[in-house]
Amino acid sequence: MKEMRFDSAVIGGGAAGMAAALELAARGLSCAVIEREGHLGGILMQCVHNGFGLIEFNEELSGPEFAERFEEKVRKTAITPFVGTTVIEIENEGAEKVLSCVSAGLGVVRIRAKAVVLAMGCRERNRGNIRIPGSRPAGVYTAGLAQRLVNIEGYVPGKDVVIIGSGDIGLIMARRMSWVGCKVHAVVEILPYPSGLTRNIVQCLNDFGIPLYLSHLTTNIYGKDRVEGVEITPIENGALMTEKAFKIPCDTVLLSVGLVPENELSKTAGVEINPMTNGPIVDSSLMTSVPGIFACGNVLHVHDLVDFVVEEARRAGAFAAEWLSGKRPAKEVRVKAGPNVRYVNQSRVDPSRDNKLYLRTLIVKNDALLEVKLNNKVVRQAKKSHVQPSEMISLTLGPAELEAALQVPDSVLEISIQ
Amino acid sequence: MRQELICITCPMGCRLVAERTGEGELVVSGNRCPRGAAYAREELFAPKRTVTATCRVSRPCAGDRSCAAAETASQALDAPRRVPVRTSAAFPKDRVPELLARLYELEVELPVERGAVVLADALGTGIDVLATRSLK
Ligand SMILES: Cc1cc2nc3c(=O)[nH]c(=O)nc-3n(C[C@H](O)[C@H](O)[C@H](O)COP(=O)(O)OP(=O)(O)OC[C@H]3O[C@@H](n4cnc5c(N)ncnc54)[C@H](O)[C@@H]3O)c2cc1C
Ligand code: SF4
Repeated sequence: MKEMRFDSAVIGGGAAGMAAALELAARGLSCAVIEREGHLGGILMQCVHNGFGLIEFNEELSGPEFAERFEEKVRKTAITPFVGTTVIEIENEGAEKVLSCVSAGLGVVRIRAKAVVLAMGCRERNRGNIRIPGSRPAGVYTAGLAQRLVNIEGYVPGKDVVIIGSGDIGLIMARRMSWVGCKVHAVVEILPYPSGLTRNIVQCLNDFGIPLYLSHLTTNIYGKDRVEGVEITPIENGALMTEKAFKIPCDTVLLSVGLVPENELSKTAGVEINPMTNGPIVDSSLMTSVPGIFACGNVLHVHDLVDFVVEEARRAGAFAAEWLSGKRPAKEVRVKAGPNVRYVNQSRVDPSRDNKLYLRTLIVKNDALLEVKLNNKVVRQAKKSHVQPSEMISLTLGPAELEAALQVPDSVLEISIQ
Repeated sequence: MRQELICITCPMGCRLVAERTGEGELVVSGNRCPRGAAYAREELFAPKRTVTATCRVSRPCAGDRSCAAAETASQALDAPRRVPVRTSAAFPKDRVPELLARLYELEVELPVERGAVVLADALGTGIDVLATRSLK
């Protein structure tokens, strides 16, 4: 069996993987990027709509443009990309990690590295995850699969479409399906508010006169061989109004009901998973519970903007390089998600430097207040004109806020939103 | 005349109210910044959208058996069959269906470079349609 050795290996060649690898290479470390698909870029290659890179490039680019700009940078470095290659297992062998990989071209390969960055992205929740009753006809797709079929492979999966879930992917697909000649009859959302951005409601639904049913549950999918329709039931004051249920005829159902970080592989290495994010628990240097294994991008927690993915991935790459050079944080403070905070992306902060944190709230509110407490003392307050669960919040905390923790053992940092 | 609309210029999504006065002027309220007023004016008088789509690709060796045989089965299978494109600027909204119909008729010859013009001066608007991915 073929074996290869690198200082570092990055699993996944999407935006996160490429950004992390560039940082490792910039610090003179040899680096392999291992990507399952035949090319780098990840999910961006099927996101042909614009809206990427406003922060990174100060331009509104489409997904493939954004990805290619990164790929060009990667090709100019000594990074070794392995495309069409899947990692199937990670083992810890002394100070090294061993990645078992398979590819059509190379067969089975073992890649050894002292540090590994996980950047495998996420997968879509499917019908089984949300348990919609009914028969099992053809014509039910996840929105991302439909996006790939339409935008890359050139197949339109139906004519009359109902979309379940109002996240941005579902909204973007409502416009795409309309633009390729389908009729989108409805977007159905169980929550009382849309999960996607308002601008996507306007551009992707209102522009096409597509009705959005908020507080409605999909209670049945009909059809024997092919989908024939869905049954939609309104929810009022938390109760299903079965007598007000109605049927929408359609031949295709797209599900846009959330994403789950892809961590089956991480578990093979013994990486501990946070049940709130479904991503690895990481410390102040984005290192998982297994020393030498780092995580970033959608495999760590689901991001809404690629710009944030890239920012986080750059730090993961830089932290992995520091770790390889023997640097360790002197002291770390535990981070706790307080009232109305669903999660914070990392479980620890380093009081000796700036820490960029990403968090999600549980509530929808205008003029909200973000509060940070260190050992029950308020160290930072910030006004937020609008917060909602689908919009990630970022926050930087540095020595000014965290210094006091150096004197107190077992300090706790709590972040809350009111 | 009074019209309600949502500003899509930034993620704040302000709810705007636009009222036309007797003199044909437009008074906008509800905007948190001046861009909202400009948006309302454009949206009401000349709405525009950036259009993204995909076009069919024609591989130069398609149909040529010697060339097709050189490609391994796996390459042929995962080779993208559409090239993504976008307008170089926001396009008049009412003419978007016409533009899409035109784009779906196109066949883009490979190889194509990112940024290459696949349709110049689309429908005489002065706006070009560009490839957003390089494909071999
Ligand atoms: C449909 C959709 C629409 C979006 N729209 C926008 C938008 O308008 N604006 C915006 O800024 N952001 C948008 N995003 C978000 C943003 O694009 C993504 O969050 C970002 O690109 C994710 O990058 P990533 O590298 O973490 O994951 P991915 O791009 O998913 O990359 C992960 C890669 O890892 C590979 N991989 C997984 N497992 C293995 C393995 N075992 N071995 C080898 N390789 C493996 C996968 O093949 C994949 O290429 C959108 C996301 C989606 C899904
Ligand atoms: S009015 Fe200004 S703040 Fe409000 S959505 Fe438009 S651009 Fe954003």
